Amino acid sequence: MISSLRSAVARTRAFANKRLGDADLDQELASHLDLATEENMRRGLSPQEARRQALVRFGGVQQSREQQRAARGLPMLDVLMQDLRYTLRTLRRDRAFTIVAILILALGIGTNIAVFSVVNTLMLRPLPFQDPSRLLWIGPEIFDGNWSAATYSTDAWQQFLERNKSFEDVAGYFAFSSPDNAKLTGHGDPKPFTDIDVTQNFFQVLGVKPYLGRLFNPSEALHGGPNVVLLSYPFWQRECHADPAIVGNTLEFNGHAATVIGVLPKSFDFGAVFAPGTRVDIFTAIAPEDIRMEGNTITLLGRFKPGVTVAQARAEAALLFPRILFRRDIPNSTWYTAPYPTPLKEYVSGKLHRSLVVLWSAVGLVLLIVCVNLSNLLLARAAARSKEFALRGALGASRRRIVRQLLTESLLLSGVGAALGLGLAYGITMWLQHQTSLALPLLNDVHIDGTALLWTLVIAVGTAVLFGLAPGIRMSSENLQESLKDSGGHGASDSRRHDRLRSTLVISEVALACVLLVGAGLLMRSFLRILNVNLGFRPTYAATIKVDFDDGGSDAKRTAIFQDVITRISALPGVQSAGIADNLPFARNRSWGIPHLLGVDDSKVKGESSLVYMITPGYFAAMGIPVTGRDFSWEDKPLVRDAKRNVVQGDPVIIINESTARHLFPNGDAVGHVIDASGKARIVGTIPDVHLTSVEGQPDSQVYYPQVQQDTEGAYLVIRSKVPPEQLASSVLHTLHEINPAQAAVPLRPVQEFVDHAVSPRRFFVLLVGTFAALGLFLAALGIYGVISYSVTRQTLEIGIRMALGATAARVQFGVIFRTMRLALIGIAVGAVLSLILASLISAMLFNTAPTDPATFGGMVALLIVVALLAGYIPARRASRVNPLVALRGN
Amino acid sequence: MSDPKLDLLQGTLDLMVLKTLAAMGAQHGYGIARRIEQISGDTILLNQGTIYASLVRLQNRNWISAEWGTSDNNRKAKYYAITRSGRKQLARDAEDWRRLADVMGRVLAQSPEGAK
Repeated sequence: MISSLRSAVARTRAFANKRLGDADLDQELASHLDLATEENMRRGLSPQEARRQALVRFGGVQQSREQQRAARGLPMLDVLMQDLRYTLRTLRRDRAFTIVAILILALGIGTNIAVFSVVNTLMLRPLPFQDPSRLLWIGPEIFDGNWSAATYSTDAWQQFLERNKSFEDVAGYFAFSSPDNAKLTGHGDPKPFTDIDVTQNFFQVLGVKPYLGRLFNPSEALHGGPNVVLLSYPFWQRECHADPAIVGNTLEFNGHAATVIGVLPKSFDFGAVFAPGTRVDIFTAIAPEDIRMEGNTITLLGRFKPGVTVAQARAEAALLFPRILFRRDIPNSTWYTAPYPTPLKEYVSGKLHRSLVVLWSAVGLVLLIVCVNLSNLLLARAAARSKEFALRGALGASRRRIVRQLLTESLLLSGVGAALGLGLAYGITMWLQHQTSLALPLLNDVHIDGTALLWTLVIAVGTAVLFGLAPGIRMSSENLQESLKDSGGHGASDSRRHDRLRSTLVISEVALACVLLVGAGLLMRSFLRILNVNLGFRPTYAATIKVDFDDGGSDAKRTAIFQDVITRISALPGVQSAGIADNLPFARNRSWGIPHLLGVDDSKVKGESSLVYMITPGYFAAMGIPVTGRDFSWEDKPLVRDAKRNVVQGDPVIIINESTARHLFPNGDAVGHVIDASGKARIVGTIPDVHLTSVEGQPDSQVYYPQVQQDTEGAYLVIRSKVPPEQLASSVLHTLHEINPAQAAVPLRPVQEFVDHAVSPRRFFVLLVGTFAALGLFLAALGIYGVISYSVTRQTLEIGIRMALGATAARVQFGVIFRTMRLALIGIAVGAVLSLILASLISAMLFNTAPTDPATFGGMVALLIVVALLAGYIPARRASRVNPLVALRGN
Repeated sequence: MSDPKLDLLQGTLDLMVLKTLAAMGAQHGYGIARRIEQISGDTILLNQGTIYASLVRLQNRNWISAEWGTSDNNRKAKYYAITRSGRKQLARDAEDWRRLADVMGRVLAQSPEGAK
């Protein structure tokens, strides 16, 4: 045991000091021969004879040197080094092949690592919080983008905190903050930033430690408590120039001084986890008392106690919630959607699993095609090298040694490919990290970690074995004598077997590419269908800007400001219409109870809700939404309410969408009716259904109120123009500045941006899958070209003879193309059948597209045929230009 | 030299080298090879060169040590000497070998009838 260990150490040392050992041995052997010669001379032999005898007795000097070396060092490694040196030499000689192989491998492996990093971040790796497996999202079982149905009142939160036994602590954040809601003031032009109100224990529950300073404490969550703020790391970097002294100092937001108590760590990105594609700069503490009356406003998430299971937490929530009150002072108020606690990780990225699996499969298919392609290239090379290997075999190389040599070659190729691929993947992940507008969670955290490196190793070795083994076995089993006799690879008969293997490879390559193309085609078609969805509004030539205003809490004053803004903006050249809404489609939203007919018991419609919007006249026109009946007008007057907010004077009016109208008045016109929409109101108009929360889903009930008759927080001015919106940006901002000098310098954003943001995850996946399919197609074309072109080269003599015997160029060309098409068509047929089976697996990801969509299948098959034709045409043309005289002489 | 020479059994050379060194004291490669040839009465087919692989094997296991020295007639040569652990190993191997030879002798001594 010890002696073998010592031997291993000694061998390793000897391996490292090869030259030293060799010199020592040479000296020793020389002295041996000298001693022997001397002795022989003493016996009376002549010097020459003495030396000859000594050499005879010694045996082969070189042999004994080799033996001693093998016993001394690490023969396996020696062989490996030899193989590597040899491989490097041959690869350098075959430069074109090497470059193509490495590039293909780099693409295949690189995309795989990149996709793996995304999958790893979104699916495999835990969330970047402390002990994240104990974090639960306490929201409804199905979240459809309606935030009012996914949030709870502070009263409900506090009751849940008091009564539950499963959770260590429950925190939440205010879900209705709008972007750019905090203006950094006090230094020149006000700069817009996004502030999120969180419960004071929010960061403690997540287990986020401050980078500088401290987190909130309970006293800061009291009504009238100190005005304090936590900064995000990027905000601190940019706005405070990373000055650590900022902690304890004040910043002025919206004109109020707030003390900076700490800076959050770089690793914490609120948007990446809770609101993908948005940026949050600062955090303030919620004073529950302040928003108690505002209804369902905060999301909940909790950390359950060790030993508690998700099922237990669910059971407890189901038990507790019917008894938790929306408002403590209102009996039986259960105006919320009972929560169904879900692991936070699942809430954040669970919906993406299917897409990720598809993406992963697509990129895996690409890698498979890469392998097949390389196998093919290597086989072609193998044929050209069969003599070389036959010669090595004749000189004594064992079959195993030759296979090992070939595997070394493929490992070296895949190793270099993987190294390049890592670089490519690094670039892709860096790019992804900065896709801030992409509504995918955790993108900021996508990077190549140890697991990804391990994965790289696995696929590098896996691909090498996969593409290197077939040619290796094929080559080592080749008949030695035949290969040596073969005059130079012109014979057609001996390569039949060879050709069959290569044809099979090309067919499988085409089949795989076909599967990829059909999958990508189906997803692409779904995406096009989604882009063509009638949103209910026309985003083109509409732009929006957040308007700052100070109405001092008066509906009348606010209305006057809005009217002024709209009148002056409408007067700008190029502007067609303008209007204001408190919220926009695909952005922040809220909902109230669904409207019902007067006299109907509202318990019947309990739980159903409508999205509500507070708007000014002109908003519908600006959004391109047609109104049946009438739009709101500046003549609609403010309401007078009593202390309980019941309307005592005034004419409340509303506009509802078609779904709601049909639901309430199945047989007639809704306009003119008075219904109960969170208070009596007269319907003055209806609009078509507008997509507000998702492009893919069906719009639900929507109710629009004139802002003059409701409390309104936040204002988005929507402008429809004849000119591209960016031309208006400066004049619009200038006008708003004139009206309100405190207006923040926020950008005028095209409404299309909101739509783009909503479909960005799908766009992202379609783009990637499409790219991979294109890659697959390209590789398949390369494979077809390689095989056909190679067989044309081999058959130059045959073609020459046929042409000499009278075959026309067209006939030869047709023959080659016919063979190409036969390969391609078999591949396509196999691929189409496979696609039919596999397409049903992604049917859940398709939108208005059948998994058997004939147009997609037809289109993709046609595309493959065209590409195959092109790939076959080039060698076919070459074949038809064979000069019989040259070809025949060439042998 | 009319009889064909014996091929060396695998592993026997190492034992021969060890024993030779134990008997002769420090010796160079040529000396060891010559000694084995003389002892065997030139019945063993030994290419003297093969001894160096054996020597390096034994050295790696720390059973022998090596040192450059000068021969009687003033030639530089590498001298090998058996170590303490080499002697122990020799005792073990020699015992094994004797037992094996004994068994082989008995097996080969059976009478042709294979009687009881």
